[in-house]
Amino acid sequence: MKTLRKTMCMVMAFVMIAAIAAAGATAYADDAIKIGGTGPLTGGAAIYGNAVKNAAEIAVEEVNAMGGVQFELRYEDDQHDAEKAVNAYNTLKDWGMQISMSSVTSKPAEATSAETYADRIFALTPSASAVAVVEGKDNQFQMCFTDPNQGSASAQYIADKGLATNVAVIWKNDDVYSRGIYETFMAAAGELGLNVVSDTTFADGNNTDFSVQIADAQSKDAELVFLPMYYDAASLILSQADAAGYYPAWFGVDGMDGILSLDGFDTELAEGVMLLTPFNADSADERTAAFVAKYQERFGEVPNQFAADAYDCVYAYAQACEAAGVTADMSAEEICAAMIEQFTTMTYDGITGDGMTWDASGMVSKSPKGMVIQDGAYVGLD
Amino acid sequence: MGFLGFLISGISLGSIYAIIALGYTMVYGIAKMLNFAHGDVIMVGAYICFFAVSKYHLPPLVGVLAAMAVCTALGIVIEKLAYKPLRQATSLAVLITAIGVSYFLQNAALLLWTSSPKVFSNPFIRQTVNEAGKKIKITGFQLFDGQLRISYVTVVTIVVCLVIMAALVLFTGKTKMGKAMRACSEDKGAAQLMGINVDTTISVTFAIGSGLAAIAGVLLCSAYPTLVPTTGSMPGIKAFTAAVFGGIGSIPGALLGGLLLGIIEIMAKAYISTQMSDAVVFLVLILVLLVKPAGLLGKKVREKV
Amino acid sequence: MMNRNKNFGRNLLTFAVVIAAYAILQPMVLAGSVSATLKGMLVPICAYVAMALSLNLTVGVLGELSLGHAGFMSVGAFAGATTAIALQQAVASAPLRLAIALAVAAVFAALVGFLIGIPVLRLNGDYLAIVTLAFGEIIKSIFNNLYLGLDDRGFHVSLLEDRTGLAEEGRMIIAGPMGIGNIPKIASFTGGFILILLCLAVIFNLVNSRQGRAVMAIRDNRIAAESVGIPVTKYKMMAFVISAAMAGAAGALFSLNYSTVVANKFDFNTSILILVFVVFGGLGNMLGSVIAAAALTILPEALRSFSNYRMLIYAIVLILVMLATNNPTLKMLIGRTIPKRKGAAESA
Repeated sequence: MKTLRKTMCMVMAFVMIAAIAAAGATAYADDAIKIGGTGPLTGGAAIYGNAVKNAAEIAVEEVNAMGGVQFELRYEDDQHDAEKAVNAYNTLKDWGMQISMSSVTSKPAEATSAETYADRIFALTPSASAVAVVEGKDNQFQMCFTDPNQGSASAQYIADKGLATNVAVIWKNDDVYSRGIYETFMAAAGELGLNVVSDTTFADGNNTDFSVQIADAQSKDAELVFLPMYYDAASLILSQADAAGYYPAWFGVDGMDGILSLDGFDTELAEGVMLLTPFNADSADERTAAFVAKYQERFGEVPNQFAADAYDCVYAYAQACEAAGVTADMSAEEICAAMIEQFTTMTYDGITGDGMTWDASGMVSKSPKGMVIQDGAYVGLD
Repeated sequence: MGFLGFLISGISLGSIYAIIALGYTMVYGIAKMLNFAHGDVIMVGAYICFFAVSKYHLPPLVGVLAAMAVCTALGIVIEKLAYKPLRQATSLAVLITAIGVSYFLQNAALLLWTSSPKVFSNPFIRQTVNEAGKKIKITGFQLFDGQLRISYVTVVTIVVCLVIMAALVLFTGKTKMGKAMRACSEDKGAAQLMGINVDTTISVTFAIGSGLAAIAGVLLCSAYPTLVPTTGSMPGIKAFTAAVFGGIGSIPGALLGGLLLGIIEIMAKAYISTQMSDAVVFLVLILVLLVKPAGLLGKKVREKV
Repeated sequence: MMNRNKNFGRNLLTFAVVIAAYAILQPMVLAGSVSATLKGMLVPICAYVAMALSLNLTVGVLGELSLGHAGFMSVGAFAGATTAIALQQAVASAPLRLAIALAVAAVFAALVGFLIGIPVLRLNGDYLAIVTLAFGEIIKSIFNNLYLGLDDRGFHVSLLEDRTGLAEEGRMIIAGPMGIGNIPKIASFTGGFILILLCLAVIFNLVNSRQGRAVMAIRDNRIAAESVGIPVTKYKMMAFVISAAMAGAAGALFSLNYSTVVANKFDFNTSILILVFVVFGGLGNMLGSVIAAAALTILPEALRSFSNYRMLIYAIVLILVMLATNNPTLKMLIGRTIPKRKGAAESA
């Protein structure tokens, strides 16, 4: 029995090594520029990776149909894990990736950004918002806000509009995104005179029951609860607060976007929720509406802000490649130099904001829009 | 809400753990295997109920029955294809197969139902109209002038949990099949000699366990309504812990273990630290096992020399 | 019991396979003729092989099921990465720094293994398994809330929130849930290869020693072993601590191959993954562990061409291999061609 097992393992190992070695032999073929990206397509964070992949596919088709610069897109699964992300990145490198869309989530992006930096492949991440992704690396750019930006902007907004003085924060302790926003929010809140009365957390293992966190905020009379987290957890908090009879003002960040399109979610629960987000799927803007309609038709879901950022990434690449005259026969390193020059000088108008610019740090400058949910739809706050 | 409120949340969470733990404990008691795919059967049950109610607009009760039917069938199929051929193999081989089944179910669910969360609509609500003529939903009772709220889901969960436990105790104690199960868990070889069909008994155990998983899935998602393909895995591990806590193989032990685990988890969050609550839960588990190595209600098996 | 010579031959074969793999791959890597995918996986494969060997010592040789082995890996990963960062200026040579980091990681993991072993090894069977699972989760929880900074006044530690009060030029090393960032990537294939050889040497020496035979006697029949005067707890502890130290070194190797590491990486699923390697390779069979760990680490990558169906196929392969290797008809066929041996794998 041991021998059988060993033989089978041996055979499997050889077949797989051969398969991997063969994969490395793929050559550059056509006139399309190869864009690659990694994201969680399976596992607990699959919702974000698939949104990015789907939207990027739509954008690449549209760009190719326009007849100008041609793209070929490939997404590889990283299961929201740094190790798998590096594996996925190496697979893309073997494929001949010339431009990278980095990784969808922050920790994997931090790992792959070290690789793209060393290999001189230009990377623009749609959604990995941690500062560490771009910090100290000249060829790493972000389409989304960095976390600290959002935290301080939210505190500023709450203080400026006088929404509340007693504030509660519920955040996800083991999540880089949530923690990054939380820290700068707390710092800014202290300066602006916001009184944070309740500060509670949750983590991956216990992200279903929020009764304790809600009770804490309620008993300390918080008038507003700040939720720096993604919408799946936020939807649970809203429904459990409703069950507990607690109705404060709710304030979310860009991760909250998507809550209205949750399959089966009672949008009444989200009535009055405020959020800062660069993207609004209900916008009357022509491009946004066309994108949302196409996404819905293809995938049966309303695109969230991850999808919108990915869509913008591809279009930003198209604009930069056209401007720099990038062609498919250029090496990744040549393209990288051209892209750094383009991205630090160009202005891009997309569905997540007009007049976006980037500085040498790789962080985007665009203004978030304050939104409030009324009758199941976003309405601009100002 | 203070202590009493937390206690009720804990009991509610604990009852769900308890129902899941019942499934673990029955299968372990009879087949001596840790069925790590149990948590994922829960997820499948919740999805079936979700689609029955939200997409096909069937009444919630029909949804639950449909989920039970599908999960029972699923449990039998899994047992036939993946576990039955391994009856003679080591328990570790079966454990790895169970993990394979768990991966399979999660990834099949991902392909079938996509990764975007489904929000389970709570079937346990009352619709009324308030003074302003607006429709409102009432989700639970209020006691002490609204100081304490108990949602209907909590009540239903606790009641269902108790009913299931009582039914299982009666079933294993009185019926022929139940007695066969107990015989198998004592000594498979001897049971077979007495004319008990061990294979059928184990299959029936899986069917019952999976049916219970469907109920657990529906209750879990009624209380905590976000449903994704990985929904079952963490509650599954916690419930497994609960089963060991109470003494694995013991039906009342699963109930006790589940309830205590839920209460400890909520209390740790409320009075110690929301960040370290899981660590506290596991620390208590370790302490209990050190004092009572077979769990709270587990039988101490004397080692034969 | 296998006789001594046969054992020796098998051990030699294991070494030969590992050395041959290195001798073939390393020149190819240097010549640049392997794909980036395979090259990028060499170090993690080494780390997983060392993990599998470590767990095989606990499960196969000692006969106790551990479901929290990733916890030791975690301790090693954090201790190793911290050491490497702290010594960045002091020790210039990367291989030397790697060696020191691995050694420090092994010591820390061994220490944690000893502390955990005191309560854990009093239990048996599935109860022991669940307690190791619990410890794995506790370690994960602690690292998710641990803050460790370094400035010219030394190390600063705090739990739950960042109260390290670092000086301006200080460096935050472990930042709670964000883990460690900017890790110097000093792990190398050669380093991993040496680690595997060391692990194999330690295990084979142990198994063939007086102590090792005592450990296996405990596995086969604890009561009988006790009755002939073997100090059960002492030998169990010895094997457990050695196993933890190996896992720690493997964790350090792993973390020093990536620029970032987080506590959530080393969760229950990783523990289970390592256990799958061990069961696949055969309990007590070190060569099996080496091959299974390598094969199963490569498998998901080799399946990438199936895109969406990748993990589904991985699951099916896992189930089918378990069914096939335990199939009585197949076993009979094999048994007919190869004389039946009563080995370690059957007894556990």
